[in-house]
Amino acid sequence: MSTETLPSEQADAGGSVFSSKNVLRVFFEKWPLAVLLALSWIALLVIIVAFAPFIAPYDYLAISLTDRLAPPLFLGGGWAHPLGTDELGRDVLSRLLMSVRISIVIAFLSTLIAATLGVSLGFIAAYFRGKVEQLVLMLIDAQAAMPFMIIALAVLAFFGNSLMLFTILMGFYGWERIARIARGLALSANEQGYATAVRDIGASPWRIYGRHILPNIASTLIVSMTLNFPEVILLESGLSFLGLGVQPPLSSLGNMVGYGRDYIQSAPWIMLAPSVVIVLTTLAISIVGDWLRDLFDPTLS
Amino acid sequence: MPLVSVRDLKRHYDIRLTGGLFGRRAKLKAVDGVSFDLKMGETLGLVGESGCGKSTTAKLVLGLIPATSGTVSFDGSAVTAAHDAQWRHMRRRMQMIYQDPLGALDRRLPVSAQIGEPIAVHEPHVPADEREARVGEIMTSVGLRADQAASYPHELSGGQRQRVVIARALALQPDFIVCDEPVSALDVSIQAQVLNLLEDLKERNGFTSLFISHDLKVVRQMSDRVAVMYLGMIVEEGPPEDVFHAPMHPYTQALVSAIPTPSRRGKRERIVLEGDPPNPVNKPSGCPFHPRCPSAMSECREFQPMLASHGSRKVACHLRPAPSAGLIAAE
Repeated sequence: MSTETLPSEQADAGGSVFSSKNVLRVFFEKWPLAVLLALSWIALLVIIVAFAPFIAPYDYLAISLTDRLAPPLFLGGGWAHPLGTDELGRDVLSRLLMSVRISIVIAFLSTLIAATLGVSLGFIAAYFRGKVEQLVLMLIDAQAAMPFMIIALAVLAFFGNSLMLFTILMGFYGWERIARIARGLALSANEQGYATAVRDIGASPWRIYGRHILPNIASTLIVSMTLNFPEVILLESGLSFLGLGVQPPLSSLGNMVGYGRDYIQSAPWIMLAPSVVIVLTTLAISIVGDWLRDLFDPTLS
Repeated sequence: MPLVSVRDLKRHYDIRLTGGLFGRRAKLKAVDGVSFDLKMGETLGLVGESGCGKSTTAKLVLGLIPATSGTVSFDGSAVTAAHDAQWRHMRRRMQMIYQDPLGALDRRLPVSAQIGEPIAVHEPHVPADEREARVGEIMTSVGLRADQAASYPHELSGGQRQRVVIARALALQPDFIVCDEPVSALDVSIQAQVLNLLEDLKERNGFTSLFISHDLKVVRQMSDRVAVMYLGMIVEEGPPEDVFHAPMHPYTQALVSAIPTPSRRGKRERIVLEGDPPNPVNKPSGCPFHPRCPSAMSECREFQPMLASHGSRKVACHLRPAPSAGLIAAE
């Protein structure tokens, strides 16, 4: 190849072997498209959680029997009810917005409770070892051995149902997995040089666990939390579907699916909208969790 | 009075060997009766082949692991292995430099935070900006650039990482530093730099140190006194020039003859030891070195030789009986 045929950009680069990247490509390498979409979906959910009553076109409880089972836009309905109406003539979009609010708040708080509980117990087991560890492991095994649905049914049957109790109950879902992971990772971190070195400096256990071990194992914990989050949404949906979760007149995503199932043949849109939201939210949280894991790792930059 | 005084230190591990239904119980004697003193400002080099208990001794002396028996005293107070507040307080005065610098550093924290950590732990009242200024000074003194403060361990080279570990150990100007093979993971050219740095720092700060290495040249350069370990025991101790020029114990003689030096070629015969180092699980009776010793006698099989003084040095060998009872009493 003679020098005349060299492309002009290469000559402009002054003989450098690196070619300058397109600005857009650099941007998408840093922010992959899937992550951007997932983040915007989560941002949308956050906005809905904050402002649902103001965005909703109708009161989510307003019944209008003349508009019963109106089809949504994509099935030939009108703009009055973009996502159609349900069997009582309530606007599905308005109900969906309120349901997202309840479901997301429950899932978020519960995951936070589960993570705090799990990490604390896991660290306590790893630090004290011996009898304390045995006790924690026994609790973990007891929790893992019992189907959570049965525990939830029993608790809700005994204590009645309130949103607060329900959220705390959901917080006990999945803590045992996080505790097990936290304990295992803390034990292996304790054997690694960095934790030993900090202990040899004379740092207190609070400092060793809080400042060194926790950030080092955070990526794995975050992934397991992002797995827990959608599961709580699904569990809440399941319990609401059974009529034990969020009680009417309040509405949640699972609750909507549960009541919409009677009309699955004649009016599928009633349960379609909340189902799509559940799937998309689950997916978005997983994608963002994976991305966060990489983001928090300084060795992967 | 010595700063550090170690008396008859032992560390045995209960292990199970394969064989039988549940395995046989056995005792692994990693360290089996080590005694030495360290005067203020002195460096004791500890040499020996892998698995002879050098690193275990280091951990025992610092109280990182509990001893089976024996005592360690530091500046008059006993060093225990209970990791309580008093133990943590003692860390201020005794620090360790590790063999694997990457492993000893937290890969998620910038190096300046890690160098400043001892200050944050032991002097929490020092404000953050003053701490950073001190970290900057320490970094300069170990030869790190100020702009490397924000970098993470994986962004530094092996030698720079070891400088970070040294800087962290020196942050509070401790009295006693244990260097556990500080240069064995480094390149030869970097080894020299780090050793020179340690010597400079020692001259400036005057700390007492226990310097562990399997490299005789390194120990010779660094120490005021050297102790040779074999199977958890000290077999010879003395000034490095004497020990390396005129070794008294047959094991030291073999070690010294293995130092590769071009000038000595032809002049000195290399002593090649027969067999592998015996397993510390079933130590030979009598002198632990007798199965490999070229000049073993019948009494070596039966009686364990004690460390006996010969002027400025000590040797544990039946070939070198204590010169006279008077010398031992004077010791």
